[in-house]
Amino acid sequence: MSEKLLNWDEILIGGAIKDPGNSKSYETGSWRVERPVWNPESCIQCMFCWVYCPDSSILVDENGKMAGIDYDHCKGCGICVEQCPTKPKSLAMLLEAEAKGKSEEEIRKEAFSK
Amino acid sequence: MALLNELAKKKEGLVEGHRLCPGCTHSVIMRQVLAAADTDKYDIVVAAATGCFEVSSGLYPYTSWNIPWIHNAFENAASTISGIEAMYRLWKKKGRTDKDIRFIAIASDGGTYDIGLQALSGAIERGHQFLYICNDNNAYQNTGNQRSSATPFGASTTTSPNGTVLQGKSQPKKDIMSVLEGHHMQYLAQASPSNWRDLMDKAKTALDVNGPTYMNVIEPCTTGWGFPSNKSIEIAQLAVDTCIWPLYEIIEGKVKINYKPKNKLPVEEFLKPQKRFAHLFKKGNEHLIKEYQGQVDKHWEWLLAREASGIGY
Repeated sequence: MSEKLLNWDEILIGGAIKDPGNSKSYETGSWRVERPVWNPESCIQCMFCWVYCPDSSILVDENGKMAGIDYDHCKGCGICVEQCPTKPKSLAMLLEAEAKGKSEEEIRKEAFSK
Repeated sequence: MALLNELAKKKEGLVEGHRLCPGCTHSVIMRQVLAAADTDKYDIVVAAATGCFEVSSGLYPYTSWNIPWIHNAFENAASTISGIEAMYRLWKKKGRTDKDIRFIAIASDGGTYDIGLQALSGAIERGHQFLYICNDNNAYQNTGNQRSSATPFGASTTTSPNGTVLQGKSQPKKDIMSVLEGHHMQYLAQASPSNWRDLMDKAKTALDVNGPTYMNVIEPCTTGWGFPSNKSIEIAQLAVDTCIWPLYEIIEGKVKINYKPKNKLPVEEFLKPQKRFAHLFKKGNEHLIKEYQGQVDKHWEWLLAREASGIGY
């Protein structure tokens, strides 16, 4: 945690936190070893990845459709890939080391070539 | 139940940034419950018992909750929520609020089967309106996998290890559903995050009951049970398909089984992918698997017979 710690007189009674959902600012994406890569072309928008994602990391647009992956918070557990029902799968795992420094297009190519 | 696309548009009650292990289903269960809740009609207040989910979603100064959430101690999630509910009813009587608020208490198996049992029993007996959700991960996983009364037969934990004398836990799991059913509450259900539609229906039904309700949900733990993080939902599904974790409701004493697997799998299918059961597959331990299969079959047949009898209170 890089930010300044609170003084004793700044802490609310009972240790209350007045800013709901502020854990969004904590990026758990740095834990990831492998990243899921999404292929929108074969995706059927079943939203199983959304309902099974432990980290609320499936981005959803205003129509309730899948719009991508939140790499700031995705911990790379791989449940979305495992539960994707399309054949071939519309999500694939790729090692972070292999994705480093590559464009989105290249990453997608790399992930789905295996 | 609405389509998933409709549910995905809703504002999430539990947000990202919590520090559960990758692949942990605590948050999956809670997201499904909160997605099912009709939040246009009512607000939700959550009380949590100490456990994995509490320490990872409420790590000061962060909170992953978009809704009011309170943590008190390990044993008293049910007492805490009953106090809040009692105050809400008083406020309503005095005209200080006209909001419709529903209450949820969440705990893991340690805070339900063992430590929180008396608080839960008391709160149910007093008849507060709340839904108690037990995310059953089969041991005290927060402190590093110690045996609880929810640990199944044969599972190896740090306090029931397998070795030359013992082969994992030698007692069967506590049947908490039967224990709580003795309170004659209106609605109890057992669910699994792998069957999300079933879980959502149950959560919605339970929140609309005017009285205490209980949901027992299986919560596969990647670190404690010993399987890869991407298999969590599959393991939950295997528990359902082997009838180790039957999906059923008890509505005013009447059992209703929600899912009967077409071909009931042998328990080995559930045991094999998990490290905590690896010793059961050693030579000479075949009788333990047979014994476990016997326990599971007996319970399943008892459930089927109860459903067929149709007897309630």
